[in-house]
Amino acid sequence: MALDRPLEDVVALADLTPERSVKDGVVDFVRHRPLGAIGAAVVLLNILAGVFAGVLAPYDPVATDYAAMLSRPSLAHWLGTDAFGRDVLSRILYGARTAMLVGFAVALVGATVGAVIGVTSAYFGGRIDLAIQRVMDIFLSFPLIILALAMVSILGTGLVNVIVAIMIPLIPRASLVTRSSALAIREMPYVDAARAAGYRHRRIILRHMLPNVMAPYLIMLTAFLGQAILLEASLSFLGLGVAEPTPAWGLMLRGAAVQFAETAPWMAVFPGLAISLAVFAFNLFGDSLRDALDPRLRTQ
Amino acid sequence: MLVSRLFLALAVVALAVAPAVAQGPAGDDKPRSGGEMVYVVPSDAPSYDAHREETFGVIHPLAPFYNTLLRTDPSDRTGVKVAPSLAESWTISRDGRTYTLKLRKGVKFHDGSEFTSKDAKASYDKIVFPPPGVASDRKGEYIDIEAIQAPDPYTLVFNLKHPSGSFLNSLASPWNWIYKADILAKDMRWYETHVMGTGPFTFVEHVRGSHFVGKKNPGYWDRGKPYLDGFRAIIMKDSAAQVAAVRSERAFIQFRGFSPAERDTLVQALGKKITVQESAWNCAILVAMNHEKKPLDDRRVRKALTLALDRYEGSKALSRIAIVKDVSGVQVPGTPFATPPAELEKLAGYGRDIEKNRAEARRLLKEAGAENLSLTYKNRGVPMPYEPLAVWLIDNWRKVGVNVRQEVVEAVNIYAVLRGGDFEIASDFQCGYTVDPDLDLYKFQSKELNAANFSRYTDKVLDDLYQKQGQAAGVEERKKLVREFERRLLDEEVHYLYTLQWYRIVPHNARVRGWTITPSHYLNQQLDTVWLAE
Repeated sequence: MALDRPLEDVVALADLTPERSVKDGVVDFVRHRPLGAIGAAVVLLNILAGVFAGVLAPYDPVATDYAAMLSRPSLAHWLGTDAFGRDVLSRILYGARTAMLVGFAVALVGATVGAVIGVTSAYFGGRIDLAIQRVMDIFLSFPLIILALAMVSILGTGLVNVIVAIMIPLIPRASLVTRSSALAIREMPYVDAARAAGYRHRRIILRHMLPNVMAPYLIMLTAFLGQAILLEASLSFLGLGVAEPTPAWGLMLRGAAVQFAETAPWMAVFPGLAISLAVFAFNLFGDSLRDALDPRLRTQ
Repeated sequence: MLVSRLFLALAVVALAVAPAVAQGPAGDDKPRSGGEMVYVVPSDAPSYDAHREETFGVIHPLAPFYNTLLRTDPSDRTGVKVAPSLAESWTISRDGRTYTLKLRKGVKFHDGSEFTSKDAKASYDKIVFPPPGVASDRKGEYIDIEAIQAPDPYTLVFNLKHPSGSFLNSLASPWNWIYKADILAKDMRWYETHVMGTGPFTFVEHVRGSHFVGKKNPGYWDRGKPYLDGFRAIIMKDSAAQVAAVRSERAFIQFRGFSPAERDTLVQALGKKITVQESAWNCAILVAMNHEKKPLDDRRVRKALTLALDRYEGSKALSRIAIVKDVSGVQVPGTPFATPPAELEKLAGYGRDIEKNRAEARRLLKEAGAENLSLTYKNRGVPMPYEPLAVWLIDNWRKVGVNVRQEVVEAVNIYAVLRGGDFEIASDFQCGYTVDPDLDLYKFQSKELNAANFSRYTDKVLDDLYQKQGQAAGVEERKKLVREFERRLLDEEVHYLYTLQWYRIVPHNARVRGWTITPSHYLNQQLDTVWLAE
């Protein structure tokens, strides 16, 4: 039975408490981890802002209006306008779309590829593990931003290239974390049983081991989301990320926002707040999620 | 020719008077020797060879290592007064076709060897008659040269195919650095990666992306100069960082220019410690449209792109946030050969009725089967003024249904992109070191004649018009031909798009003396006359 339905068995092994509904789990999470719940709410708001930017934004985010350039916050423009007369609020809402797109694409693909590499490395062990981990070590020896800058200089600017440039440096980090979890799982009897039953390596890795590193995977996912948003903003601020007129938070902080920082501070303050709030929310949510999923912390 | 020169002199006066200058350079007191001049350069050099490059990123840090045969007078605000340099005098034959230059004796290269006419000839041969595989960005400027001779070690003779009123100015080009003949004989591309000239400063080091360092040439032929012990050119792309460097007095100056807001910030912060020099700028951002890419081979599409632009609104708005100002044709407004405003408005994209222009643009796109056109605009990675201009351009094109995505290319790589034709539309510029139709228009000759024609077209009619205007008997005739050239370039064929003319604002530390602003950011970069006050 364990060999045919490994995932259920793993869940059963990992959690000996009686089964609860998702609703109970959410209520429990909100009650015991209010900060995490606030973080999750802000994350949700960001996602909704990005998805429904077209409905929520009062103006076209790329339409210039030179008669309204550098307008301070008012009823017509709640968060003011930038040097081209573009509505700051609309650009922040659409900017959420860019941030979430980069964040989720990077986190999902980066964490997943990293997890597969980490588990594979742990499963095979020996020389394969040694070779993979040394390659990962090379990547890990560079700070994230430096590696992302190097990748952008190789790939060039633009949304897709920025996603790839941020994703690649995150893969080794994901690999490292999942490998350490997978090393313990490799020794579990059901993995031995799967081997004895003659299952192929791919099936053992993907169906028996990967599902069991779900907790660190989810924690990494949330951590990567915040990191990716911050990195994208940093690259765009440096002029190496997405290009104008695409609405992006980091991009809104550069150029005229710096030139007019003293006379039109709203151009920099509000996108800066958006970045801080999003990253803070993802971090809060990620920390609480880790606490909730880590059995050692959960029992405390 | 005499009348041409008279008008050139008038242009000089116009350029000198037109700009409002907050404060002029303080240069009356006696020059003082010593000190290291630290200045900011907003771009790195793609190579060290000015003959092949056309960016200030080469001129600003590297010009102090070289000399040219003639130069523009460093104290002349108009930037057109020709002065001696390695050539101490010159004569022009009666028929205006032979220019004889007497070269200075006792000039040494930084390696100790003596400069002679052999070096001058080899350098000009490289510029005018480059061998295959050697790029010369200004070959098209010198197509009037028939032969260059060096009859003795200190005489250089240029024979022209026909008289040219602009030739003396061409010999004062700040790009035509004199290289050593023996080195060129061994390797024509040696100067792309090495530095060795006769200039007031000797090369110490270049750390890519960081800085250039030069030190005083003790054996400089102009005794007593340079005044500075050395210089350090810091490469700093971000304009906020540039402003911060000048504001904190870590750097004395950024020679290219700052935006109006940046000027105001510096004046407010530094008060009397800052001197502001302003000038009209013989520079315009162009949009190169690659004729080898579809549908840009269709003149209707190109015309639609120019018709979509509301240049007058752009001028009004962007002059508040960027270093651009006037709407212009192919000549700096206010100069003798500039198009009168009424005539300019007849060109495609220059009419005041923007709705009518855009309706025509939509019609042309539909007729060409290019509705919902999507293009990529490769933009030079120098934020000011390329970035604000790109936002403005993209928004204007969007209004006629053309969806344009911007791709920023590092400034050091943009020429590889432009020369290789790896783009649909791209930012380009026309910056002359002096205002003159010959110098300002040669770029637009056919690609076979001019490597800097990045729109990559062949237009024999345009080439013919270029020749004719250069040889016109009188000013009126030349004006007519320049108008005809402009009409074909910007209206009939729309080979290139002119956007807005630049406006130069250089706020600098008041300690910097002996440097005068000109309408070109390529001039006055040798730093031999610059000194630092106490």
